[in-house]
Amino acid sequence: MIPGSTPIDLKATESSPRHRHLLDLDGWSRAALLALLDTTDVMAQVMQRTIKKVPALQGFTVGTLFYEDSTRTRLSFERAARAQSADVISFAAGGSSVSKGESLKDTLRTIDAMQADLYVVRHSAAGAPHQIARWTDAAVVNAGDGRRAHPTQALLDAYTFRQRFPGFDGFEGTRLAIVGDVLHSRVARSNVALWTALGAEVVLCGPRTLLPSELGEQPGVSLTHRVEEALEGAQAVMALRLQRERMNSGLLPSLAEYRQRYQVNRERMRLAHPEALVMHPGPMNRDVELEGVLADEPRSVIEAQVANGVPVRMAVLYTLLVGSR
Amino acid sequence: MPTPHTVPHGGDAPTPRSVLRGAHLIDGRGDHGVHDLWLADGRIEGFDLDGEAVLELDASGLLVTPAFIDPHVHLRVPGQEEKEDLTSGLAAAAAGGYGTVVSMANTDPVVDDAAIVRALAEEAARLALTRLRPAAALSVGLAGERLADYAALQAAGAVMITDDGIPVADSHLQRRACEYARELGLVVQTHSEDPSLRQDGVMHEGRVSQRLGLPGNPAEAEAIMIFRDCEVARMTGARVHIAHVSSERGLRVVEWFKQQGAPVTCEVTPHHLTLSDAVWERFDPVFKVAPPLREAGDVTFLRDALRRGVVDCIGTDHAPHTRAEKDRDVLAAPFGLPNIEVAFPLLYSELVLAGELELPTLLDLMQGGPARVMGWPEPTLEPGAPADVVLLDLATERPVDPASFKSKARFSPWQGATLRGWPEATLVAGRLAFRR
Repeated sequence: MIPGSTPIDLKATESSPRHRHLLDLDGWSRAALLALLDTTDVMAQVMQRTIKKVPALQGFTVGTLFYEDSTRTRLSFERAARAQSADVISFAAGGSSVSKGESLKDTLRTIDAMQADLYVVRHSAAGAPHQIARWTDAAVVNAGDGRRAHPTQALLDAYTFRQRFPGFDGFEGTRLAIVGDVLHSRVARSNVALWTALGAEVVLCGPRTLLPSELGEQPGVSLTHRVEEALEGAQAVMALRLQRERMNSGLLPSLAEYRQRYQVNRERMRLAHPEALVMHPGPMNRDVELEGVLADEPRSVIEAQVANGVPVRMAVLYTLLVGSR
Repeated sequence: MPTPHTVPHGGDAPTPRSVLRGAHLIDGRGDHGVHDLWLADGRIEGFDLDGEAVLELDASGLLVTPAFIDPHVHLRVPGQEEKEDLTSGLAAAAAGGYGTVVSMANTDPVVDDAAIVRALAEEAARLALTRLRPAAALSVGLAGERLADYAALQAAGAVMITDDGIPVADSHLQRRACEYARELGLVVQTHSEDPSLRQDGVMHEGRVSQRLGLPGNPAEAEAIMIFRDCEVARMTGARVHIAHVSSERGLRVVEWFKQQGAPVTCEVTPHHLTLSDAVWERFDPVFKVAPPLREAGDVTFLRDALRRGVVDCIGTDHAPHTRAEKDRDVLAAPFGLPNIEVAFPLLYSELVLAGELELPTLLDLMQGGPARVMGWPEPTLEPGAPADVVLLDLATERPVDPASFKSKARFSPWQGATLRGWPEATLVAGRLAFRR
């Protein structure tokens, strides 16, 4: 046993249903999701110890397959695996055969020969983790696929809210406002799935070009094109990154107009719940989707979101590899 | 203009005199009851004749009817033989009960040269499987800029011009192509999707695409381009055939123009008649086709349109790819699926057996319908008609087994589905092109 480590208490996961993969949040019950958040609490304690390592996943190998580059997310998963003593193998698509037109399946087969127990998959195409899950015996965690899903990001957002909202008393009755480019956002889609499953209300806000009306047809979700309406009474306000290339594809007239109509700023935050938290999945365009000064205020929990990424991912890896056996 | 049957098929060897014993004979003229069908010299000889036959097939319990015609297949020759070649593609067509297919021009190199058309026709005639009548490109290199040499292509055997696979974005070019083709009596087939509106969509735009986060291609992209193509048909008087109409909105446009007497025809594919965008929940690129699988309401509308006589024919848009290409991610995988070997059993089981369509209507959509679109004689079992016939077993259930496909594309959206209506044998010009 690693010096300084003590056994971790994971009773919370024992009663939750078994999931082999975390491809998206479909099919995860409220109890299973809350159990993941409870396990995250335990993992967060581990990360506060002097020696931030437990033997929970000793003997397991976690493979990170990043077909789309994301150093932040990859490092967060690798830290989560190593903090539990798992071995880590990493595969990045840049310069590999993927760019030479090799099929997803052939690439996976090559990597699968290294016999990892779990793959963390990031891909620019929605559904790639689902395809990979069909072709391997290993567990698969979706670390972001196209516009589709980014379940660990949503989990760390909800976890951060639960941890930081003053007097948090359950997700029921909570209102999360997500403002910005919802159309292209896997973070928005996963947060909608997670927060509604937990009993919260989600209001999505953005210009019509970036806000597909079909998303508002889900229970617990509403749409608005007025940011003031979205923020009204919200306990959590999430601004989404606005990519500058959207201006070139005819989705937006100008950054200035976007800022004027949709920026989350101090003045508009007066409409929100007095203790509302400001969130951002990163990387942030300061003073575009989010007023820079607001991002530096105490109610902004953007750094906590990043920090919570590790314990959330520890909980996911543990639950899939050990908690389900 | 040469019809399929005025072109020599199967080389110089004389075709054997054959008899199909005890066949239940049906053609566009009606149900003729059970007879022995005699074939000689590549033509129908008659019913219940006497004499010796070199080939004798027991057709008792089988339906014998003119072999099908498909105005829309991709055989991938020249240049993409890893996906399909003439032997595999025409054997697949024969296994599907087809006597004649029209091959698309989006190959590598493109079929925009008379020598390529001639080579395709000659090689197919030598193979003596299903007859092949090539389509040629509407624009040189499918680049959408200059007209191909239609007269030379037609003289070499091309029966249709089309840039299928790539919508013609330039309306002026479409107009000139139609004007020129009209003079020659060539059918202009269109892949009607507005490229600027469909953008990078990989599936139908709607509730499912928004939830799954996949780039969508709206039905309006099809409807808008069908409107243009029909308007150009009306303006020029050219015979315009709208390929693979997939949506209610698109088909309503075709219907509106037909009511006004515009010279347009249209086809619907087996997949758009049987699958909806709900299949995307599985993220399987096998379902990636252009135009995309639409909503359940569109499928219902297309089926209803078959009954109402709005649709001229079934075109399979058989579009084989390698398994490896379809094992890419959903953005990178190519559009198209193989279906020619299951087209009739699929539609017979899903539509006729389900009570949604009468058998004679389905047969007409695969025989007389495509012949009328192409301007060819009505396929019949009359003496003197070409001996292109299919023997259909309407009774035996079989699962779709892609491993047994003649096509090189050995995968199927309908894998494992249990269907009835499988072809038992196909004769083309009196020769066995397929036997189970």
